[in-house]
Formats: sequence, structure tokens, C-alpha cells
Amino acid sequence: MSNTGIGARIERTEDKRFITGNGRYTDDINLPGQVYASFVRSPHAHAKVTGIDAKDALALKGVVKVFTGKDMEADGLGGLICGWTVTSKDGEPMKVGGHPSLAPERVRYVGDCVAVVIGESREAARLGAEAVAVSYEELDAVVEPAQAQNQNAPKVHEDIDKNLCFHWELGDKEATDAAFDKAAHVTHLDIVNNRLIPNAIEPRAALGDYNPGSGDYTLYTTSQNPHVERLVLSAFVGVAPEHKLRVISPDVGGGFGSKIFVYAEETVCLWAAGKIQRPVKWTAERSESFLSDAHGRDHVTRAELALDGDGRFLALRAHTVANLGAYLSTFSSSVPTYLYGTLLSGQYDIAAIHVEVEGVYTHTAPVDAYRGAGRPEATFVVERLVERAARETNKDPAELRKKNFVTKFPHQTPVILNYDTGDYNACIDRASEMIDYKSFDKRRKEAQAKGKLRGIGFSTYIEACGLAPSNAVGSLGAGVGLWESAEVRVNPTGNVEVLTGAHSHGQGHETSFAQLVSDRLTIPIEDITIVHGDTASVQFGMGTYGSRSAAVGMSAIDGALDKVITKAKRIAAHILEVQPDDIELADAAFRIKGTNKFIPWGELALNAYTAHKFSTSEIEPGLKETAFYDPTNFTFPAGCHICELEVDPQTGCVEIVDYVAVDDFGTIINPMIVEGQVHGGVLQGIGQALLENGVYDVETGQLVTGSYMDYTMPRAHDAPPLRLDFTNTPAPSNPLGVKGCGEAGAIAAPAAVLNALTSAIGHENISMPATPAKVWRAIQT
Amino acid sequence: MYPFTYHRASSIEQAQALLDVSDDSKLLAGGQTLIPTLKQHLASPGALVDIGKIEALRFVRVEKASVVVGAATPHAQVAGDGKLAQKIPALAHLAGKIGDPHVRNVGTLGGSIANNDPAADYPAACLALGATIQTDKRNISADDFFTGLFETALEEHEIITEISFPVPKLAAYEKFPNPASRYALAGVFVAQTEAGVRVAVTGAGVNGVFRMTEMESALANNWSADALEGISPSADSLLSDLHGAADYRAHLVNVMAKRAVAQTC
Ligand SMILES: Cc1cc2nc3c(=O)[nH]c(=O)nc-3n(C[C@H](O)[C@H](O)[C@H](O)COP(=O)(O)OP(=O)(O)OC[C@H]3O[C@@H](n4cnc5c(N)ncnc54)[C@H](O)[C@@H]3O)c2cc1C
Repeated sequence: MSNTGIGARIERTEDKRFITGNGRYTDDINLPGQVYASFVRSPHAHAKVTGIDAKDALALKGVVKVFTGKDMEADGLGGLICGWTVTSKDGEPMKVGGHPSLAPERVRYVGDCVAVVIGESREAARLGAEAVAVSYEELDAVVEPAQAQNQNAPKVHEDIDKNLCFHWELGDKEATDAAFDKAAHVTHLDIVNNRLIPNAIEPRAALGDYNPGSGDYTLYTTSQNPHVERLVLSAFVGVAPEHKLRVISPDVGGGFGSKIFVYAEETVCLWAAGKIQRPVKWTAERSESFLSDAHGRDHVTRAELALDGDGRFLALRAHTVANLGAYLSTFSSSVPTYLYGTLLSGQYDIAAIHVEVEGVYTHTAPVDAYRGAGRPEATFVVERLVERAARETNKDPAELRKKNFVTKFPHQTPVILNYDTGDYNACIDRASEMIDYKSFDKRRKEAQAKGKLRGIGFSTYIEACGLAPSNAVGSLGAGVGLWESAEVRVNPTGNVEVLTGAHSHGQGHETSFAQLVSDRLTIPIEDITIVHGDTASVQFGMGTYGSRSAAVGMSAIDGALDKVITKAKRIAAHILEVQPDDIELADAAFRIKGTNKFIPWGELALNAYTAHKFSTSEIEPGLKETAFYDPTNFTFPAGCHICELEVDPQTGCVEIVDYVAVDDFGTIINPMIVEGQVHGGVLQGIGQALLENGVYDVETGQLVTGSYMDYTMPRAHDAPPLRLDFTNTPAPSNPLGVKGCGEAGAIAAPAAVLNALTSAIGHENISMPATPAKVWRAIQT
Repeated sequence: MYPFTYHRASSIEQAQALLDVSDDSKLLAGGQTLIPTLKQHLASPGALVDIGKIEALRFVRVEKASVVVGAATPHAQVAGDGKLAQKIPALAHLAGKIGDPHVRNVGTLGGSIANNDPAADYPAACLALGATIQTDKRNISADDFFTGLFETALEEHEIITEISFPVPKLAAYEKFPNPASRYALAGVFVAQTEAGVRVAVTGAGVNGVFRMTEMESALANNWSADALEGISPSADSLLSDLHGAADYRAHLVNVMAKRAVAQTC
């Protein structure tokens, strides 16, 4: 039939509305009687709140109301929660510091909310917030993860010793140590994975609404997972019971993880709407986003790789201190543990691995999942180690990798995961060929003649996506199941609405998902609508993150399509007076196989609803099916990225002159969308490698990089020439064979860039982001 | 923003009269610096007098020995003016490197030098070319105009009307952009003027733009990049921040100066 099915490179149907300014974002929604919230935020990293005087604020024109944490406490509201319980190696559950939406007595990072001012206009609310007089007793702060456990470090939560949330381990320590004892060579690495600040184009926003007549609450908000948002706000925070709360997450302009979480601001807007019985809106200013969106990464790691005399990897061990920030955000504990430690086997057959992670509180914004979430951190450790080991043992980095690749599947790693399929040699061979690896030395000499230092770096990454088999994550501490649901509604006129629990905030689901439906139902893509982001229309869903929406979300749709097709064939069989097995669906018609007798798709749909031509005691009228899909395994996208760059030794400037990526994402639904995901991900990875850094002042705990004047977001001119290709070993764990592609670029790129950079400057002594100033200094030494 | 009254002036005289109505009024040109300041509640003028649309302040005039630019001329116009580019290509090049297209289409020369951001580009051109800043009250030489960080010789409510750049024999500007803001981390403008060699450095100095006399005399003897070998400002007089410590900036000043001179050779 059409060229709109699986594998078709078609333009994104949602783009017309975005590009022409017809998107409908949370801030575009306005309700009658709406007022605005402005938050009074702590200017201190750590302080006792000794008094809040709202008198002057309330006297201002247009100020409606001021609420503090005490008001929320008085209403019996709970704090924000973390949905994943990590258990320490001594068997103790992680230590959770209370996280009130409005801090009643102690603030723990710059930007922590202490009060909210409701005003008739944004400006009135903001002026009101400036007029609230908060008395603080300033206390010392600690912002560096490596210092959080020091004897004299100030405590973030009074009852949590040494600021230690958990001390977690994974793998067999004894076996690992034994392997190290007999190693011919051990490569050491001390690395920092720099803190990143997400910076979606659309800032977070919320609009809470309450109907005093029905008692119904509605929250419009920038969420990647509206059902989870509703679950947390009802079951844990207690703003309203689940059936009285509707969460709508309309068009969302980027999330990268930062919009998975349930934050203080939307909680307060929703609750305040009930208190004052008027809709309450808040939209973050960019400076608030910098301060209060959950940040990413921020690890300090010491890692070691043991090799035998042949260059075979014997064992790997790592010790990581992960900064969790002042409070545990919604999934923060899972990121530096199960999303990190489990990936430390990389693409390699390593018999023994042991990792310990200390998750520590500091007086900084909470840290949680950010594009890649744990997997970029793991890849950076493994791929920097391997590259360094190759250099130390005078082996070709590509050959050393190939010698150690997993080649037989399924492969059980020593860190939980069971790799089901892959072909790592295919990726590295293709990528090496594309970049003409053989001739690198020639290019290096040419660069030298121009006064430039040229380097090349590999990153053969693996990730675990398609989050996730519910039993498996449940046994590891997850508070939720990670299946996905879908409902396929065939309307009487034959067009189709698909309700999905996944949420699109830039990924192009409205196109990719429709391609699957078009493919399976053999109907035109124009006849398909994808509905997402509203708890009142979609049955339930776990949302979009962890590159899960193709592997899990689309598989659920596929399951519902199976049911629809089965039922439709039964109806067709009735009408055509044959057995369902005699019917085939092709070219938008149900046909008796091998004949020219058929019912067109639209006619069948109408028949399903008129229910005149089949027995409704045998077949229910209507054509609408639901499926919940739980994956049987993670998926394992993997690939090889190679970066080639030149350094100007006079200024320290790094120019990426070539970058190739060969990824195995399994089945590809829409190559154009997938390429876009790789482009964006790689650019984010380059951002981490060369540009971005979330910096807190060690003395004062102030966020130094609180605006684009100091936080270096990648710009168009930072995008190198990117050359992509794909291999395909279909994922056996889902019916579509898809693996997920949303995070790969951000996972692979930092190691590729740093491996290239260290190859160019000839030593390993450089950290991310490798800014010109740092590179220049590294060259001097 | 705090509330304020907005006036759009159609002539310099009208702007003067509007400014004098109250003490807390302020000029608005392109607004690329002032508007963000207002949004962050860092300033609260009672009235803004917009001079950005006064035609008499938006022009590029090429004279025999100088190029005169109206104070409200946007950067893009300076960058794109063919006659100006023939006379002082370095000035057009500098204007074309400021910010991004949005900023260049709205931000103005007068606003830039009145603000005297230590990382701004134009002050380097004014100082190295020995420009004259004309206001509604007097002429001020560039040497006297830039008095410190965000400080100028301008008096309360004094309006810059035009800037006159003497045409140099040779000139070039090299900028090392701050990776985040793209303002100058170190920018060096070198010029052979009628009054001798002049070198101005922006982005690096603790007191804003400054002249590098040591480089000037070295280049007066021998106009070549080699002549600058080993000459850089003392790190004590330079800014240090997240993007570059003083010693790195000192080094960059040397590299940028050499590259600027090399461009002209
Ligand atoms: C994203 C961004 C990037 C930028 N990048 C750069 C860069 O790379 N290099 C660079 O040099 N600059 C950069 N700028 C600053 C830009 O060049 C501004 O245009 C300039 O600093 C101010 O000019 P304006 O016309 O916008 O002045 P405004 O913001 O309107 O005014 C600035 C100040 O000057 C005063 N003023 C304005 N006109 C006059 C006048 N005629 N007489 C007396 N006082 C006056 C105002 O009262 C105000 O105090 C950037 C700005 C932005 C927003």
C-alpha cells in the first residue's frame, strides 16, 4: 500500500502546528479568573528560616494571597517523593530527607521555595514575592560530592549522617579483586562527570484549576508522564484523590528527562487553586529553570580495568560518588545505581565487575535523569578506560575493543543485564571505514603542518532501553511497573484514534506511531490520530523517557492492533460467510484469501457499529481494543561513534572536524526522525564534552552558571559534520524488533570526544567540559 | 519589569526635553542591554526615552578622512555598509561579529559604548582608531571617554549623537569569544593611524578596554606579528572568571594581537 508504513522517511505531521505557531503549550492555556503564582526562593544554599513576614506583600495592589510551607502542612499535604528505593550494601534502605514543596523551616539549596505569592498578574505576583520578608539564619553549605561526607561537612538533612543517602554495590567483589590480583596490566582512571543543566526550550509551567461544584481538580503541566504525575499528587502528596484529578500535559517543548519529575511548583499551583478557588498559573523564567529544574550527571569516579597479557579484559571495578542534590527527585536514586552500574560491562565480555556507589546529599538542586540517565556516565567510564588501556599497552584501540567484544548472544553480564542480540563488530567496522581510520596518521601529519593537533577517539557504547520489565525493576526497588498501555479506537467512519500512555515532547510520536498503525491496518496515515497526554482520555501510561516509547509504547499499540484486526476479521468473516482464518487484511480491505470478494475497511468499521450483520450475542458491537504491554527484557541499542578533532594549541580551541556514528537501533520506523534523534543526542553529548557545566560556588553555594552568559549551550555553529549509518539486529524482546534511539547520541558522544581530545594532546589530564581555557592549560603542562 | 513610562522621541531635541522631565528617566536605544536589565529587576527607571527610531541618529557617512556613524545605527548596518567596509574593513568586521543576527539588527553603536561593558567589542575600535564621540553637548575623545567598568565620561542625560572614526592606514580586529556569551574574552584592535600605531584590548581588563602601549611601540618599529613575541599585559590587570583565568587572557591578548597584525600583512 502506502509509503507511510514502517521504515518510511516521511515528514513529521506535528511539525506544521509547531512551526506555524499553532502548538498549544501549557502557557498558552488561560482560564477565566486565572491568577498567577510567583515563588519566593531561597537566596542561600543553606539556612534556617526564622520568620516569614508577608505584610508588605499583601499590602501591594494585585496581590491576592501568600502561602507558606506551614499552610501546606496544616492542610496535611505530604512532601514530594522518590519512587525508587535503593538498598545499601549493609541491607539498609536509602535514607530519605523530607522534601516539602514549600520549605517550612530550612532551605537546602539556592532556589528552594519558601513561599508562594498569588497575584492578579504575573508582575503583581512577582513584585509581591520580592516584598515577602524572609528572615534567614545562614548556615554553611557543601556543594561538591567529594566533600559531602567529610567529617565537618554541614549536614543537608539533620538526621542523615555524613550526607550519605545510600552506599550501594553491584557485582562480585571477591571475584573482581581476585581477577585484579592476577592481571598483567591495570589501567586506572579518575574522572568527573560534569553536572549538566537541562534547558528545554519550553520552561516548566503549570496551571492548576479547581471546580468547587464538583470537587474536580485539573492540572495542566509540562510533564513527560501525566499519569505518574497524577498518581504521585494524589497517592503521596494528597492534593486530591486520583479520580478527582485530571492531569493534562499538552504540547511540551522538550524535556530531556527534566519533565519526568513531580516538582514543587505544579504541586503548589494545584493545591493553591483549590484554596483560593481560582485557576493558578506559573511559568518558569529561564533563571528559575537554571536554579530549580533537576540537573543531570555530577559523578566523581575512580575506575580500574584489569587486562591479561594478551589484552583480554579480566575485570572492572569502579567507585563513584554521585551527587543527588539537596533532595531526592522522583527517580534520582535509580540513575547512579541501576541505570549506571548495570552498564559497566559495555560491549565487552568481562568476567568480573564490581561497582560501589555512594549517593550523597549536597546543598544543590536535585539531580535526576537527564538524557541517557546513568548510561552516559557508565559509557564514559568504560570507554575512557578502554581507550586508555589501549594506549598504555600500545594496542590499536579498535583492535583491543574487537578482541573483547561480546560476540555470542544471549550474553549474561556480571551486572544483571542479559544482552539478547547485537553485532558490535559490524558497527565498528562500518564506522572505521566511514571515517577512513586507516589514513588517520596522514591526516594527523597534515594537521601538524598547519600547527594543529589532531586526534581520533572511539566510543563503542551500549545502553539498556525499553524500560522496562516490571518484575525486574520491581525486584530492584522501583515503585512502579514500567509497562505501557494503548487503546485503538476505530471510529464508525473508519478513521482511527490511538490513545497512548507514552508522551511526545519533541520525539515525533504522532508520526512514528501513526506509521505503525498505517502499516498494520493498511490505511492512510491521514486517517490516524495519536492522542496522548491527558489522564481523562488515555487509560493509563508510564510516559516517555529511557528510550522506551518505541519498544514499549508502540508494542502496546501493536498488541491493541492485533486485537482490533482479530475482531474485525471475525466480523468480516460473518458478513462474507467464511471462517476468520479465510480473511486477510490488505490494501484497506478485508478479503477472502484468493478471491476478489472483500469488504472495504471503512465499511467494516461502520458494520462493527451498526451491528446489523453479525450476531451481537457472539461478537460485541464496536471496534475498540486496549492492550497493556510489559516487555520481556530491556533492549540493547549499541553502536560505534568515532570523533576526529583538531586543537589549536595557541588558544586551546577544539574543532570537531569529522564525526561518524553507526548505531544498531533494531528496526527503524522513520529514518528521518531517528537521524534527528541521533543529531540532537550527539550535540548534547558534545555539549557535555566541550561546553556545558553546572557550577556552584564552593564557598557560598551560589549557582555560578545561572544564565546563558555563563552556561554554554551548544549552538548551531558547534554542530560538527555528522555522518550516520545504521546496522540492524532486531530486538527479540518486542514484536517490532525496535530498540530505542532517543538517548544514544548523548550516551556515546562524550567518550568519543574526550578520547579524541586526549589522543590529540597526548595525555589524559583533561576533564569535561574541555573548554578552550582548560585545553590550553592542559597543553602547557 | 517594574512599571515605567515609555516615550518615543522623534528628534534629539525632543529626547532632551523628555529626559529632563524627571531625574529617573533613561535613554533606550536598541534595548539589548537595558531590556534584560529591566526584566531582571536590576533597574527601575521611571521613564524610558526611546531614541532608536530617530532618523538623524541612524546613518553611516563616509568622509574623506573619517567615517561617521550615528549613535542609533544598528550593528548590522555598520557591518553591511559597503562604503564603510572599503574605508575601515576592520570596523565592519567587528560589527559583524557582535552577538547574533537579532542583536545586530537592533543593538546600536551608541548603546554599546554608553554601556561600556568590559567585554564589548566597539570600545576597542573606538580606542584604537582614536575615535571622537560627539554628544548633544560636546566632543569627547575615545581616550577620555571610557573611564572604567561600565563607566564613561557621559554626564547625566547626555546623549551620544555620533561617533567619528578617523580612517586608519591599516587596521584589524581579532576576537576570542567567550564560549558562553560570545562577547569578547579577549579582543584586540590594532591600527596604524595618522597619530601613530594604536592597540586597544577589550574583554580582558579589570577596568575595561585599555591601550597596550608596549605593543604599540613594538609595532611602530616593526609592523609584524613577530614584533609582538613575548608581549602581553600583566595578568594582575586582567579579569579572571570561569571562562578564563587572567594568565590565559594575557596569553590570548598576545595571540589575538599577532593574528590581527598578521591579517594586515
Ligand atoms: C544575546 C546578546 C549577545 C550580545 N553579544 C555581544 C557581543 O558579542 N559583543 C558586544 O559588544 N555586545 C554584545 N551584546 C550587546 C549589544 O551589542 C548591545 O546592543 C549593546 O551593548 C547596547 O546597545 P543597545 O542599543 O541595545 O543599548 P540599550 O540596551 O538600549 O542601552 C544600553 C545603555 O546605553 C544607554 N544609551 C543608549 N543609547 C545612548 C546614547 N545614544 N547616548 C547615551 N546613552 C545611550 C542606555 O541608556 C543604556 O544605559 C550582546 C547583547 C545580547 C542581548
